[in-house]
Amino acid sequence: MITLKNISKQFGKLKVLDNVSTSCDKSECIALIGPNGSGKTTLIKSILGMVIPDSGTITFNGKDISNNYQYRDEIGYMPQIGRYPDNMTIGQVLGMMKDIRGKSGELDEDLIKAFSVNNLLNKRMRTLSGGTIQKVSAALAFLFKPSVLILDEPTAGLDPVASELFKEKIIAEKDKGKLVLITSHILSDLDDLVTRIIYMQDGKLVFHKSIEELRKDTGEERLVKSIAQVMVSNYE
Amino acid sequence: MRYFFFIFFCIFYTDASAENIYAGAKRIHKNIRSAIKAAANGDTVFVDAGFYKEKNLSVDKSIVLKGIGYPVLDGERRYEIISVKANDVVVDGFRLIHSGISSLEDLSGIKVYDSQNVVIRNNILEDTFFGIYIQNGLNCTIENNTLKAISIEEQQSGNGIHCWKGDSLRVIGNKISGHRDGIYFEFVKNSVIWRNISKNNLRYGLHFMFSNDDMYVNNVFRNNGSGVSVMYSNRIKMFSNYFEENWGDAAHGILLKEISDGYMEGNYFTKNTSAIYMEGANRIHMKRNVFENNGWALKIQASCMDVVLEYNNFIGNTFDVGTNGSLVLNRFTNNYWDKYEGYDLNKDKIGDIPYRPVSMYSMIVEKYPPAMILFRSFITTLLDKTEKILPSLTPENLKDSAPMMNKAF
Amino acid sequence: MNKIIKYVITDILRNKIVVIYTVFLLAASFSVFSLEDNSSKGRLSLLNIILIVVPLVSIIFSTIYMYNSVEFIELLVSQPLKRRSIWLSLFAGLASSLSIAFFIGAGIPVLIYQANMIGFTMILTGIILSVIFAAIAFLATVKMRDKAKGIGAAIMLWLYFSLLFDGLVLFLLFQFADYPMEKPMIGLSALNPIDLSRILILLQLDVSAMMGYTGAVFKDFFGTSTGLVFSFFVLLSWIVIPVWYSTRKFNTKDL
Repeated sequence: MITLKNISKQFGKLKVLDNVSTSCDKSECIALIGPNGSGKTTLIKSILGMVIPDSGTITFNGKDISNNYQYRDEIGYMPQIGRYPDNMTIGQVLGMMKDIRGKSGELDEDLIKAFSVNNLLNKRMRTLSGGTIQKVSAALAFLFKPSVLILDEPTAGLDPVASELFKEKIIAEKDKGKLVLITSHILSDLDDLVTRIIYMQDGKLVFHKSIEELRKDTGEERLVKSIAQVMVSNYE
Repeated sequence: MRYFFFIFFCIFYTDASAENIYAGAKRIHKNIRSAIKAAANGDTVFVDAGFYKEKNLSVDKSIVLKGIGYPVLDGERRYEIISVKANDVVVDGFRLIHSGISSLEDLSGIKVYDSQNVVIRNNILEDTFFGIYIQNGLNCTIENNTLKAISIEEQQSGNGIHCWKGDSLRVIGNKISGHRDGIYFEFVKNSVIWRNISKNNLRYGLHFMFSNDDMYVNNVFRNNGSGVSVMYSNRIKMFSNYFEENWGDAAHGILLKEISDGYMEGNYFTKNTSAIYMEGANRIHMKRNVFENNGWALKIQASCMDVVLEYNNFIGNTFDVGTNGSLVLNRFTNNYWDKYEGYDLNKDKIGDIPYRPVSMYSMIVEKYPPAMILFRSFITTLLDKTEKILPSLTPENLKDSAPMMNKAF
Repeated sequence: MNKIIKYVITDILRNKIVVIYTVFLLAASFSVFSLEDNSSKGRLSLLNIILIVVPLVSIIFSTIYMYNSVEFIELLVSQPLKRRSIWLSLFAGLASSLSIAFFIGAGIPVLIYQANMIGFTMILTGIILSVIFAAIAFLATVKMRDKAKGIGAAIMLWLYFSLLFDGLVLFLLFQFADYPMEKPMIGLSALNPIDLSRILILLQLDVSAMMGYTGAVFKDFFGTSTGLVFSFFVLLSWIVIPVWYSTRKFNTKDL
């Protein structure tokens, strides 16, 4: 679905993406992992068109995404820190997003129901806690039934119950044949979710493997441990 | 008894001998010329409504010339229309059009030559070069005439009411527009200009030179090319005149040049570029005048002395007073200045600190006229405020020591 | 595009600062008109508000709003929207809410007390200045990533346009006093939207003084329809150029 070819990006002298190539297919849940400053967020932003790579091409369903914006109709994005205009109500944010997407019927309101967002529709964004804002962001990402979900540190601010509900939703969506891209520091959260791992360091893509391959290579059953092993070996 | 008889006789005599003569298309006298020829001193010539081309009509007898229903006299753009050359003539109720235009002679609608007691009233003058011209007149009256010229160039246009040499003239209730100068006085004394409206003239609404002991009252001077100019005259009195909308660099509500012992009271100056411009004026007393929405209410050059301003209202002027020097020999007192920001602690309705009507920026603009473009900007406001606290550029003693807290009247 | 505008407007009009700004304008305009016994002093106070307060509030508020909306802008960019329409919608929303705030705060009192050419000119220039300084704020935010720097730049820009520029002009004027400066002054005034607005109001307010010799040169220019069209286009380009340039920058900006 998404193909990256020789993507490089430099911020000043810092090379944040260094010749990254890979591809992601549907019905996968891919975890994007790496230490701080390894280029995960930049990679995601490149896919979303927020960062424009210095070189290389990104194709989405076979189409080059540069100078294109319609492809994002297929993407649901949940940012690391959601911030919405202070004086809008949740209802208005939802309404605005519906306006933007131009889809009114056939919405996926599972998360809205699960997180009871409906009870908060008249609350202003500035009055909400971080966790509630994350719930709104999550609900928005899934609302329009996109075929690709990009989730940046999704479970960071969620309480355990919400976190659990959210994971179930991700799995369900993956099983429906969608592509899910997740970055997270909390590896334990990813354990039963992900099917593939992309590991990045210093702007380079170190590997892109299925979780089975990773287990086989490291001999560790748990994701946390296998990743830790990878990290250690890479530090050396 | 003999005395009484004499008087009776006199009245009877004049009555009996004064005849009425008629001119008109259906009369014996088809034209006015022949009617005048037939008239004797003291007669009245009535002229029927109609259109007359009399070339130059000379009135050399003491008669009353009266138009009925505004007969039209056409000067065919070549002639002076009526020339009055006798005393005690009355010209009443005519419509005079198209006088000749000449650069050598002052061709007029009506011109009075060296005569006394002439009355010119209720006439309409249109497209005349000079309108009504009194040359060396005594005790003449110009009343309720309407003068309208349509010239565009100053050279091609003469003055509306032009008085050259005269004594005891009365110019009352005339409406003058489109001429070079609305009313022109030169060497005229003891005369009065009352209730005239002089507007849209090319140069001055009133032009006044070498004329002493005159008075003007209740006139309106509006939107004339250069306002009103009063020069080289003594003992002039002005009451309740309106000076309005005289716009342009050289335009003043009134220009006072080399004037002495004048008195001005109750005049209104509204929307002039500078309401009063004074140069070489001495001993002028100005009281209870209103200056409203002018560019400069008063431009007083350093050559003026002993000018007294009291109980005037200054409202909404861009600059209250402008001057070109630091020497001040004039006195401002008890005026109301709307820009005054002082206080009145003892509640006597007189401000406790003096008002300085010359702002720093008006001095700057005087020196560097293009600086006007920065007027009312933040920086110039700051400059003005600093100057108010620490005067350096503005004349130290140009001030009103007793400014009124409320309007002076 | 107008999908976003209406939400941005409803958001900003509820903003505390904008509400305070509107109330301040309302209070100030009503008090200057009703306290002063002659309206010309009221007009002058209002002129200062329009030339100083409006640009200041407009540029600072817009800058802060834009920096606070960074994440929101990111979210919008991740949606199927053109970047250009996101940027322009934000600008349109911000500019129109500031204009609405100005119109309610100052425009309505002016219409009540001064429903004449002077009043209309004041309202119009106030609105135009609100929009222009929002546009300049957009330029500042797109150029500076750092919030503190951006706000600092906005304050400097305001200071420049409302004070330093005029000081510079005055200095030039004194230096070149021997030369005919009327035409260059007209050109210079075009380089500062505040000056241009001020002159447009001045031509209504101090028409008598502006009709003097030099003034007449300005009046002949700004007072004629050519001059008005010129002024209008210059003011318009003070909106269009910053918006166009910042849109271009935003199109390729990494968020």
